Amino acid sequence: MKQTLIAATATAVLLGTSGLALAQTQPPVKIGFITDMSGLYADIDGDGGLEAIKMAIDDFGGTVLGRKIEVISADHQNKADIAASKAREWVDRDGVTVLFGGTNSGTALATAKVALEKKRIYINNGAGSSALTNEQCSPYTVHYTYDTIAMANGTGKGMIGKGGKTWFFLTADYAFGYALEKDAAAVVVADGGKVLGQVRHPLSASDFSSYLLQAQNSKAQVLGLANAGGDTINTVKAANEFGITKTMKIAGLLVFISDVHSMGLKSAQGLYATEAWYWDQNDETRKFGKRFFGKMKRMPSMVQAGNYSSTMTYLNAVKAAGTDNADKVMEQLRKVKINDMFTKGGYIRKDGTMVHTMYLFEVKTPAESKSPWDYYKLISTIPGEQAFPIASYAQCNLK
Amino acid sequence: MEIFGLSTSALLSQLLLGLVNGSFYAILSLGLAVIFGLLNVINFSHGAMFMLGAIVTWMAGQYFGLNYWVMLLLSPLVVGAIGVVIERLLLRHLYQLDHLYGLLLTFGLTLFIEGILRSIYGSSGLPFSTPEQLTGATDLGFMMLPNYRAWVVFASLSVCFITWYVIEKTKLGSYLRAGTENPKLVQAFGINFPLMMTLTYAFGVGLAAFSGVLAAPIIQISPLMGSNLIIVVFAVVVIGGMGSILGSILTGLGLGLIEGLTKVFYPEASNTVVFAIMAIVLLFRPAGLFGREK
Repeated sequence: MKQTLIAATATAVLLGTSGLALAQTQPPVKIGFITDMSGLYADIDGDGGLEAIKMAIDDFGGTVLGRKIEVISADHQNKADIAASKAREWVDRDGVTVLFGGTNSGTALATAKVALEKKRIYINNGAGSSALTNEQCSPYTVHYTYDTIAMANGTGKGMIGKGGKTWFFLTADYAFGYALEKDAAAVVVADGGKVLGQVRHPLSASDFSSYLLQAQNSKAQVLGLANAGGDTINTVKAANEFGITKTMKIAGLLVFISDVHSMGLKSAQGLYATEAWYWDQNDETRKFGKRFFGKMKRMPSMVQAGNYSSTMTYLNAVKAAGTDNADKVMEQLRKVKINDMFTKGGYIRKDGTMVHTMYLFEVKTPAESKSPWDYYKLISTIPGEQAFPIASYAQCNLK
Repeated sequence: MEIFGLSTSALLSQLLLGLVNGSFYAILSLGLAVIFGLLNVINFSHGAMFMLGAIVTWMAGQYFGLNYWVMLLLSPLVVGAIGVVIERLLLRHLYQLDHLYGLLLTFGLTLFIEGILRSIYGSSGLPFSTPEQLTGATDLGFMMLPNYRAWVVFASLSVCFITWYVIEKTKLGSYLRAGTENPKLVQAFGINFPLMMTLTYAFGVGLAAFSGVLAAPIIQISPLMGSNLIIVVFAVVVIGGMGSILGSILTGLGLGLIEGLTKVFYPEASNTVVFAIMAIVLLFRPAGLFGREK
């Protein structure tokens, strides 16, 4: 009896290992996702962004080309060197097939360089800097959700339309801030406005009053905030406190729904926000929004929705190309039209920009908001070619 | 009149804003100095306690309807109580060991507390508005000063002064100072030294919580609000001299002013200027400006 038991166990173990060996002959398609998981941008992307990627993998069925789809993630802590070395380690040691990147342009530009060197596709949803597909464009980079040029063409143009001709910029002192300031200033000047000055603050500064006073002394009509996340929130808060809002119009050039949520409508009302996606647009967006809310207890940002959509788009391209070879999949990605809950008729241009419709929203007043997360009213719809005009990406040599 | 291409009024207003920030530095570094003086512990969880002070205030308003003024008293007590638990259960066992162990423990606690709160409340923060009595601004001629900021300066300086007075001029303070010099001797005189250490730690973190409540209407309340501030505060303590009460207060205010000026003349350096000063001070006075060589 005892011997039979041992034999049975041995067989089971053998069967088990051989099953394992069979699965190992087909390595998984591995997505490596690097973003800010714990810092000031974590609510924009972070855990929620990872969840969105997992939702997409589930919806896709969990396998592609008969291989399992896996995702691994890392927190870059807003440091470019961490992002780059993690990406390198993943590709060299862990066999990552594709790199996904989230918030923070400094880390995104560094990861894009590694991706180019290692010939891996790099899809970014959270970073803003237009340099990703302009000065530093790469045949392997896809900039999917939004960029600073689209923000300038949305919020920037919107404010000028309201009569704000003279501008002063409050800029986060790193790649993203510079890009946003530069792209917004270009739009201001092109529309006959004038930039009176700018001041640069360190990333995640805690006190903005000093900068705001300098801005006020410039006598500009519009205060352009070329920062994001916690920095934007603290700036708007201080601007209200110091009465800056009475003399200047605040243009938050990059406002996410998570920022509005955390500021509260009392402080945020009247701000403009240029978004690629908002949960309350149609039945499809509401369905995704509610599903995400069920898991994360908050509505998705456009970046998180972009994570879902870009994962689907990538996996579909792998399926259609019949391989995970980066060059072949890129070729396929450039061929398709993207039609899903995120966008309609979006396409990936040679420079890597995903060209799609953007929306200019105004933040509702507390009285207008009917339910939690009911924050935006639509001001205008910006067609893809106007939000991401090809002329603005002239420094990219991929034509 | 212009100084370095800046009008006097602009300069004055920037100095005043520097003083507001300096008040936060002063009260935070004071707490650190008190704890280090008696316990010899480098309290890296000070930023987390500052943040807890603010978040507890927000929670009390959200769940129990308690207002800002009540919490200004209650929040330091709640956080002080947490401090008692930390000291009794954890820190106590490390006094015999190297400074590094206390530092690592308190740093670990910070990550733990911040991580838990981040997973509950997210990182972008919670809204909190200025108490009604202090909304609005006063025209000082050269600038509009929000009334709340004036209150911050007044409240922090008062608390700093009271703390300094108690430690330097009262009997209770003399026990504390004696304990700092020679704990064994103090115990021999029949003073309950372990209890004194517990209460000192609680008081130190209570100070951090107090400044957290003060900061709540100004800085977005978020689990990360402390960690952005605490590194600067450590530099302040190092510049002032570890364990020096008056030194930490004066250095806090002074560095607030210098940082304020940097924000005007070369804003990019505003978060590094404190460290540059720290390096220079350490070169010439390794024990800090007000510290004594041991």
